[in-house]
Amino acid sequence: MNRYPLWKYLLVMVVIIFGFIYTLPNFYGESPAVQILPLRANLKADHALLQRVDQAIRAANLGTEGVVLDSTSVKVRFNSTDTQLKAKDILQSQLGDDYMVAVNLVSRSPQWLTAMNAQPMYLGLDLRGGVHLLLQIDMSSALEKAVEAASGDMRSVLRERNIAYSGVSREGREVTVRFRDEEMRNKALAEFRQRFGNLNFIDKNAGNEIVLLATIRPEEEKRIQESAVQQNLVTLRNRVNELGVAEPIIQQQGVDRIVVQLPGVLDTAHAKDIIGRTATLEVRLVDDEHSFSEGSPVPFGTEMFKDRDGTALLVKKNVLLTGERIQDAQPGFDNRTNEPAVHINLDGAGTRKFKEATRENVGKRMAILLFERGKGEVITAPVIREEIGGGRVQISGQMDTKEANDISLLLRAGALAAPMEIIEERTVGPSLGADNITRGFQSTQIGFAAIAIFMIAYYLMFGMVSVLALGSNLLLLVALLSMLQATLTLPGMAGIALTLGMAIDANVLINERIREELRNGITPQAAIHAGYENAFRTILDSNITTLIAGIALFMFGSGAVRGFAVVLCLGILTSMFSAVLISRALVNLIYGRKPRLTKISIG
Amino acid sequence: MEFFKIKRDIPFMSYGKYTTTISLVTFILAVFFIATKGLNFGVDFTGGTVMEVHYSQAADPGRVREQLAGIGLNDVLVQNFGSSHDVLIQVSLKQNVVGANLSEMILAQLRQQDASVEMRRVEFVGPQVGKDLVENGALALLIVSMGIACYLWLRFEWKFGLAAVIANLHDVVIILGFFAFFQWDFSLTVLAALLAVLGYSVNESVVVFDRIRENFRKMRKTGVAEIIDNAITRTMSRTIITHFSTQLVVTAMLFLGGETLHYFALALTIGILFSIYSSVLVASPLLMLMGVSREDFIKTEKVAEEVMP
Repeated sequence: MNRYPLWKYLLVMVVIIFGFIYTLPNFYGESPAVQILPLRANLKADHALLQRVDQAIRAANLGTEGVVLDSTSVKVRFNSTDTQLKAKDILQSQLGDDYMVAVNLVSRSPQWLTAMNAQPMYLGLDLRGGVHLLLQIDMSSALEKAVEAASGDMRSVLRERNIAYSGVSREGREVTVRFRDEEMRNKALAEFRQRFGNLNFIDKNAGNEIVLLATIRPEEEKRIQESAVQQNLVTLRNRVNELGVAEPIIQQQGVDRIVVQLPGVLDTAHAKDIIGRTATLEVRLVDDEHSFSEGSPVPFGTEMFKDRDGTALLVKKNVLLTGERIQDAQPGFDNRTNEPAVHINLDGAGTRKFKEATRENVGKRMAILLFERGKGEVITAPVIREEIGGGRVQISGQMDTKEANDISLLLRAGALAAPMEIIEERTVGPSLGADNITRGFQSTQIGFAAIAIFMIAYYLMFGMVSVLALGSNLLLLVALLSMLQATLTLPGMAGIALTLGMAIDANVLINERIREELRNGITPQAAIHAGYENAFRTILDSNITTLIAGIALFMFGSGAVRGFAVVLCLGILTSMFSAVLISRALVNLIYGRKPRLTKISIG
Repeated sequence: MEFFKIKRDIPFMSYGKYTTTISLVTFILAVFFIATKGLNFGVDFTGGTVMEVHYSQAADPGRVREQLAGIGLNDVLVQNFGSSHDVLIQVSLKQNVVGANLSEMILAQLRQQDASVEMRRVEFVGPQVGKDLVENGALALLIVSMGIACYLWLRFEWKFGLAAVIANLHDVVIILGFFAFFQWDFSLTVLAALLAVLGYSVNESVVVFDRIRENFRKMRKTGVAEIIDNAITRTMSRTIITHFSTQLVVTAMLFLGGETLHYFALALTIGILFSIYSSVLVASPLLMLMGVSREDFIKTEKVAEEVMP
């Protein structure tokens, strides 16, 4: 009765072999590497790039452990961090800004393992060192900006249609339009309703004032928030690229938060500076009609900004275009004059707006403003020579190549849809990360050894079987974590250790049950059978309750705790398999073939 | 080798009065300490900045405090951490006027006197995050309790689910009581440990309940108290050995796991000790109290059979 059909033995064998293969990469360790990623869409990581990189490194006489090409990048492994950093500098200067050259750690496991997609476990920041930032997007400011833009549009509609009004003002997220008589208001209301589908209008008579109130519709509010998050995600990706970090994680969390994880980054001040730069871009008209002197009050409807050389400039408050409309900006040259220039691509809505604005303002100057931490600065203020359609804008004149480069970088990476604030930071230095790995590893090792000694002393042969089952549980758990590339954190390592302690429960249940059945006087074979059968129900029940706790932890936990939950849940699954199936297979192999078994070694 | 050779069932249920008194007293004490002393919430929940810096020579927390007072941080907790070379700096949110950039300011200030200062760890938690974490933690606790109660209700009977959840919440409250009494740092990892204990210690109750159900079927003429006594006595050796094994690993973590895992392991240790007690001496008397009877099972037996694999 204690015999497994062949397929069950085979299943156990196959699972263990798989477990072994996928655990293997963890033993090879990692070597310092440099990763080269193309930053432009038209550039690819191909053999040409591989050869370029290879030649550059050979020319510099740096010894490598190998140069590999994968789907997105070229990776070069080195035997020391010194050569790695030297190579990074050399490659960055030779390849230029079109490629990102980042330092990284690459698994040393052989090619055939990598080809099978067998990779070492993905370590969390608390184990490999790095910066974790949680950013909160200031949504109310994004909404206020949208309302401000709408109020400008409303003003121009009123002018266009010759509707008399006495004032347009914005307070918070509400625009108030004042009229002198009801007829005009009704005309305006009809016009607005037609043009602004995403706004809500209420007519109101407050005292002797005839007023129209405009607010954003809730669904439009939601859309603005979503697009603000998307825009900020894109901007953050561009900025993080500037930092040259390999494998950064930039993700939305919840409605208005973004997680940024930068493995291996040490200079947190620089990283935070680049990420937290709350820069937004605006295109406005320069007011050249009024003359003014510094320090004197500025004319109504204008603001004073300085450019980078400190020259003051009078700029209209009305915003023609915001940075969200800029899709791309590249440095280049004017094809007529050969002067250095910046080429800008606008999106659809931006193209339309820009066409209108330039048609009405030929000969005037427009200013491109960069707002950083609430302070505005004029990047450049070119003259509009002609109406510009098609969404391709060229800014030229008064700049050299370096300036063209700087401006295009600012235009590309500078625009955030809404300001962000860092609300959580967790930074772990690499030395602490390494310590954490050793600690977690030691706890697991010693815990496992202690359990093994105890189990074998207490249950003899059955203890041995339990320890083997426990060992295969550990193997399968590590294999599963490597396969899924789930993030392993320090609490996750605690989870591995704890899973071992808890997994032995199933074997204890089985062994105790067998002893009890033996005491009741049935034959050893029957006792083994009854022990496994009766214990299984209890094992299932107790594991499912722990699984409930694990799933809840996963749902509500964050960061490191989530890592614990993942390991706990996976550990329960592997322990069910190993405690029941693998240990049974072993017992069947040892005792199942002896029909006249009189004694079993269970202590 | 066998530690537990118990010939006759131990009459646990007749000790009911005493055990209920004991758990009631510990429970009330725990609640008392939580109420009066409160939990020493870590930076995860309260918000603030924690930094761990490493000096190449032995560091003097007093000097570090003086240096920080130099940049206007007067009420800062500075202490040695692990070794004399490591210093832990804690700044409350109230003191922090610059937000996430405080850690760079502090590091720059410390480096003015000793350029060898190495940053080991920085944790900055803003006020919004702390609040979210508390809410999510409470929600997780609630969902786990309800989930377990529901599962046991489906698998056994509602009385079992309720008894197990009460017994386990009793463990959780007692762990919290310990953390309040000793003012240990209550962090996110400790919360994870609490939830793990909830899932883990319910195992105990499940194992005993399983036996009780089995006994109800097998021992048709025995009284309820005797049935429970028999179930507890016969699972006792497994209970103690399992907990002993788990405790072996947890002890390794307690001493070798470093600061982060220390309180995690401590919470687990208390949880493991009390879950032995509560599953046997809280859950089962509660079951008696709620009047569990054979009829409960004769009715639900069919349902139970269907759920079984």
